[in-house]
Amino acid sequence: MINAVGREIPDALLTDGKEVYQGKNYMDGRYIQKASPRTRRYEKPQESKVVESIRAALEQCGAKSGMTFSFHHHLRDGDYVVNQVMAVAIEDMGLEDLTIAASSLGNAHDPIADYIEQGKVVGIQTSGIRGRMGEVVSAGKLKTPAIIRSHGGRPRAIEAGEVHIDIAFVAAPTSDCMGNCRGIGGKSNCGSMGYAMTDAKYADHVVVVTDCLVDFPNMPASVEAIDVDAVVVVDSIGNPKKIASAAARISQNPRDLMMAENVARVIAATPWFKDGFSFQTGVGGPSLAANLFLEQYMDERGIKMGWAIGGICGPMVELLKKGKVGKVIDVQDFDLDAVNSINQTPNHFEMSASQYANPANKGAFVNKLDFVVLAALEIDTGFNVNVLTGSDGVLRGAPGGHPDTAAGSKVCIIVTPLTRGRMATVCEHVVTVTTPGDCVDVLVTDYGIAVNPLRPDLIACLDEAGIPHVTIESLKEKAYSLVGRPDDLEWEDKVVAVLEARDGTILDVVRKIRPFTLSED
Amino acid sequence: MIPRPRPERFRLRRTMMFMNAQKPGLIKDAYIYGCDSIMLDLEDAVAENQKDAARFSLYHALKTIDYGDTEVIVRINGLDTPHWQEDIRVCVAGGADGIRIAKCESAQDVKTVEAAVEAAEEEFGVEKGRTLLMAALESPKGILNAYEICSASERLFGVAISGGDFRKCMQTSFQPDGVDMLAARGQMLLAARAAGVQCFDTVFTDLDNEEGFRAEVLQNKAMGFDGKSLINPKQIRLVHQVFAPTRKEVLQAEKIVRAYQEQSAAGVGVFTVDGKMIDIAFIPGAERTLRLAKACGMYEGDLVK
Repeated sequence: MINAVGREIPDALLTDGKEVYQGKNYMDGRYIQKASPRTRRYEKPQESKVVESIRAALEQCGAKSGMTFSFHHHLRDGDYVVNQVMAVAIEDMGLEDLTIAASSLGNAHDPIADYIEQGKVVGIQTSGIRGRMGEVVSAGKLKTPAIIRSHGGRPRAIEAGEVHIDIAFVAAPTSDCMGNCRGIGGKSNCGSMGYAMTDAKYADHVVVVTDCLVDFPNMPASVEAIDVDAVVVVDSIGNPKKIASAAARISQNPRDLMMAENVARVIAATPWFKDGFSFQTGVGGPSLAANLFLEQYMDERGIKMGWAIGGICGPMVELLKKGKVGKVIDVQDFDLDAVNSINQTPNHFEMSASQYANPANKGAFVNKLDFVVLAALEIDTGFNVNVLTGSDGVLRGAPGGHPDTAAGSKVCIIVTPLTRGRMATVCEHVVTVTTPGDCVDVLVTDYGIAVNPLRPDLIACLDEAGIPHVTIESLKEKAYSLVGRPDDLEWEDKVVAVLEARDGTILDVVRKIRPFTLSED
Repeated sequence: MIPRPRPERFRLRRTMMFMNAQKPGLIKDAYIYGCDSIMLDLEDAVAENQKDAARFSLYHALKTIDYGDTEVIVRINGLDTPHWQEDIRVCVAGGADGIRIAKCESAQDVKTVEAAVEAAEEEFGVEKGRTLLMAALESPKGILNAYEICSASERLFGVAISGGDFRKCMQTSFQPDGVDMLAARGQMLLAARAAGVQCFDTVFTDLDNEEGFRAEVLQNKAMGFDGKSLINPKQIRLVHQVFAPTRKEVLQAEKIVRAYQEQSAAGVGVFTVDGKMIDIAFIPGAERTLRLAKACGMYEGDLVK
């Protein structure tokens, strides 16, 4: 069936009430029956939940073949926990048919590709998929299609019981002996632990893995002991250098700065840019640099930002400390400035992924967002964005909070250079739709600005402010005139990944790539 | 091949951004930053043994990239080097809008370059007189000869001072108040205005010193410069802001030009606008203000192009 973004979704996937994407807010007002976990009573007082090994924890939780294990990605590319746990489960205990449900997976998890090839890991549910894992899944080696969800779509799916987590693993920079966890105070600090919170509440079993056991009680806890079955102390949960960079620096690249300046101009031209406005930006070059120029406009107008959300890094913390933003609410931290600030700097708070972006709850922050600035691998003339598959069709990205913030915000601005190397960023059709075009409002490139025709109000704002803009078609033509028009990718029929919209409908599928061969002539 | 329109001798040139002609990544789309002119450098930015490679890169850039409304000028090597003749042939063959003569010290220097340009235009079948010239004054002698330089050629649209070399000659260094080059800037401006050509200030090299840059640009505007040489795209915005006319100036200019067009059609030469006497002498200034306003997005009417 063809969905609202023009993608053909195989009927075989439309079982058990699964629908294709129908447009934003399609599920509004429906009721859901939340799933509840089956958890063990720990009625008899315990001195400690610390067990001697990951294996002991797995055995205590009744780990067996066919289970689903969940993980969170605050340790980013420094994470050791996914690989440690899966090695014990598969190599030491001989478990099979396992599914990994992670908030994201990255280059740190290359060893999991071997378990996929061996058929031991048969399911992957994640936001991000990269590196060797992306390659083997794209090559069709995972037994079931991977399910790709946004950061808001994941807690929605968990709460609705579409993902049932048998054992959730919480990578904790610090924990006490009962499992109260925090993202700070240890040797592998990550700050916010927002993505782990829903897992801990909805999993049948919860195992905390830490490399820094601290005195009880470890407060205020991000994941609470009331949900934890066992605590394992390992030598190291991750490589601190890859968990959080020293400090995210604002780009000095003139191209990035020019685009960032135009992003700020667009924001300042809209009626929502007033005292108390809300804002989220990414950490890519031009997205992060938008902070700098936005601050100048705020100073000029004598206004302050009410609150900011998202993955947080130093420049936003700096604004908070200068009193230019009222509150920062944080689901993940990207640099040490942010890690060291959360729950320490007044008005720097932690939130769960559900609180951040879940479309099925009653008060996600994204729904109150005025502006979001996001990057894109590709954007097509329908304003559909791809942040998942590369130009070769291979999985190498992550929707993350992109679709959630785009859908919830009043103004969603995509900022990207028109070309990257030989690839046109603005194109006819994106390889995979990860954020639907009906949620994307403005595109800022180094060659010009385009506004989604669905937003005549924004077009009027830009005209009023004298900000030049062009059609997205003309940007596409410019891109092709510079780097050429690529041939279409060639696919086989087999679906290797299902891209779920945040509301649970199917937005797109990724098929097995047909290897490119040079013809004889 | 990108056919560029015949260059205009007198056009808006608030910002002229330097970039190494040898760096394809820089020059492939330098126009996106919105400066009025780009200055592709074959001189100091290019190592002695890379001159030929730079010319090659420059020629193909000129032939394949559509720079649109952005003026494309090339800084050639000095007349005391073995490179300048070949530089000129490449500029003319590629169709550059203009050539910046480095270390210009006399009217003869301009005429020497002019003759070579004319020969190249003949050689490559380029419309005669198409290629414009500007002169960079980098020495006390150049400054003292500013007027004869400014008056040396019909192709010459302006002069620029080059601060680095000039300060060395004068045994001084950059001063925040501009006193180091006050006399030279003044002399050059006098000469340019007397000869009826444009005048551009030198680069400001301390990219992190935003306050210093602003002060210098404000002084440039106050002294009457037409524009400034730049070394980084992030300097463009401020110059355009500072050089933008005020809304009041735009309204006044609009009134003057409109009244002039109406009155001259009716055969009247002298008239009053808001109680002030206006005649033809006010028109170029008012039109210049409107062109500036148009470039700054402050005027959309059709009194000027």
